[in-house]
Amino acid sequence: MKKIFTAFVLMFFFVPVFAQFGKVLENSRVQGSFEVDGMYYFPDTKMGITDSLINGRNFAMNGFGEIIYTLGDFSAGVRYEAYLPPIAGFDKRLEGQGIPYMWASYNTERFSITVGNFYEQFGNGLVLRTYQEWTLGYDNSLNGAKVQFEPVEGVVLKGVYGVQRFFWNKYTKNSRGIVKGLDGEIDLNDLITSMENSKLRLSIGGSFVSKYQADNDPIFKLPRNVGSGAARFNLGIGKFNFSSEYAHKINDPSAINGYIYKPGDAFIFNASYSTKGLGILGVFKRIDNFSYKSDRAETANALDINFLPPIIEPNTYMLSSMYPYATQPNGEIGFQFQVNYKVPRKSKLGGKYGMDITFNYSQLNDIVRKPAGDTSAINVPGTLGYTSDFFKFSDHIFMRDVRFSVHKKFSRKFKGTFIYLNQLFDIATIQGHAGAPVIHDNIVITDMTYKFTSRSSLRWELQGLFTEQDKGDWAAALVEYTLSPHWFASISDQWNYGNPDDNDKLHYYTVAGGYSIKTTRISLTYGRQREGVVCVGGVCRAVPASSGFYLTISSSF
Amino acid sequence: MKTFLVVLFGLILSISVYSQTQGSKLPSVNVKTLDGTTFNTQKIDNDGKPIVIAFWALWCKPCKKELDAYNELYEDWQEETGVKIIAVSIDDARSSSKVKPFVNGKGWEFDVLLDPNQEFKRAMSVNMIPHTFVLDGKGNIVYQHTSYYEGVEDELFDVIDKIAKGEKVSEK
Repeated sequence: MKKIFTAFVLMFFFVPVFAQFGKVLENSRVQGSFEVDGMYYFPDTKMGITDSLINGRNFAMNGFGEIIYTLGDFSAGVRYEAYLPPIAGFDKRLEGQGIPYMWASYNTERFSITVGNFYEQFGNGLVLRTYQEWTLGYDNSLNGAKVQFEPVEGVVLKGVYGVQRFFWNKYTKNSRGIVKGLDGEIDLNDLITSMENSKLRLSIGGSFVSKYQADNDPIFKLPRNVGSGAARFNLGIGKFNFSSEYAHKINDPSAINGYIYKPGDAFIFNASYSTKGLGILGVFKRIDNFSYKSDRAETANALDINFLPPIIEPNTYMLSSMYPYATQPNGEIGFQFQVNYKVPRKSKLGGKYGMDITFNYSQLNDIVRKPAGDTSAINVPGTLGYTSDFFKFSDHIFMRDVRFSVHKKFSRKFKGTFIYLNQLFDIATIQGHAGAPVIHDNIVITDMTYKFTSRSSLRWELQGLFTEQDKGDWAAALVEYTLSPHWFASISDQWNYGNPDDNDKLHYYTVAGGYSIKTTRISLTYGRQREGVVCVGGVCRAVPASSGFYLTISSSF
Repeated sequence: MKTFLVVLFGLILSISVYSQTQGSKLPSVNVKTLDGTTFNTQKIDNDGKPIVIAFWALWCKPCKKELDAYNELYEDWQEETGVKIIAVSIDDARSSSKVKPFVNGKGWEFDVLLDPNQEFKRAMSVNMIPHTFVLDGKGNIVYQHTSYYEGVEDELFDVIDKIAKGEKVSEK
């Protein structure tokens, strides 16, 4: 180790930098960020949280600190993470602390290389996407090397090689798979000079990804190398835009698909028309047996090599996020249609300030499965599993989400958003509540802001969720006062007044306050958290009911 | 492996010191424009006038409120200071298809970039969104804030105005 260190120091100093040292320092930059989320739990017998459930673990903390150092074309970074213990609802395997993310990279205009941990996405991510999502406790970074090269303007080639992060488990021989990938993208407008100013914009791309995992299975003979490939394009013609990606994967028996040998397919197609003040979008998507993990035995949110983009709109309001959709990697087929329209200013309907209108329809069904052979049933482990017609929708709807929202500014001081949602949600499939009836619900939300002065404002939300199923009707309200630029305070309550069980007609109240200055934000919340599911990009984690204090400190520099 | 890494690290460091010419303040990351064209963030430029870079996403309510507020004032701001606003969407893979109709539907006038795998976000050390940066004419980050609050646009304009007039932006 000493030798290495000496070599390193020598190498650094033998570069004739002395004369330029001042200049070098001038060009170097250190930046970073950190966040600490702390939780203190109380017992709350009404919510079923007892002392024995907490079991002495009243405190929980998730935190990270990240530093990036840049010196011209060179940069390097590390991230420290601690989950001591993880906040309730995060994967328990996160418990621990250390440096899971460390990298160095050299970037020029045409060429870049990164060694260590890195994130990457090919196309839409259908065959490869590594990313981090703090709110989910999700991180599937690759540890290895990544190279990116642009031989000519308009052509980008990428190569990746490595093993994925798996909580705190170090990679040892055969402990999980090894991932390799290649991707190329050609932007024809940049590549071909005559197309530079063309109204038609076209780019095409393709990727190939392979994972290797040893086969130690006592029963099945499993493929050790599973390859997948994808092709994509993006075409813009004036106000129209079309993009699509198709991916195929060879047989990949896994715990998720029940060890069937069927190859997988994934397809997305987007068409949009947009002009100033109007945007129309249509999406078709089909996923068939497309879970792709670097450990075939893993069933939780970990070691995913790919990403299946969702087509249900994300929800940010208290009650609209009651029934969030989780992508069904074994099979789903659906479409989305969305219109965004801005009623112009000074028109009859738009008034002085105009008005934003959004309509969205999303629906996802199961795919149709037929027996693969004459005699075998569907999804028998060790068989091809099933066959499926590409464009057929099954009668089984996973989710339907219809929403209409209006955003209007009434005066310089007063504005509001009104949302109506109608949903169908198959909770039995999506959340695994076997036997639970399909939920039909209507949700109404109003979100109003009144500005007293340029520095102080009041915002309030009133929401209702109406359903005959699950926990019945809910009402919710929130009031938030902001004193710019530093302070905010809010109180909110979600009331499950329609719960069929009188003992469960609970109030989930919170009181929160916060202070922010430049890039630092501190907030403290006291109250009850209802049981639920948090989803980002169709990836979800369950949140158990809890009661207590919640502190967040976040900063970057 | 360790030796290899250290040597590589040293080598890269030496190369970078040699090839050092002029330090740019923005990291070099490939993002996409709404047309689907690859765009390197080091090429962000506004002829010596101030630049605002605002990170946002479709799922982020306060971000959209912040950008709505900027959009309303953008014409005036441009006239007075020549400022350029760049809104960087960190939405995941579906972004390229959904962001464009959304932005057009909203009638936002500023440039929008797509950072679907959040590389630019990470390179700028952005934790939470909204997170907004103001760059002076030379590309130095002179101001940044997170969180949206009513009136943030006035504070931002003060900063932009000072840069345009060549005054120093005071830390507060």
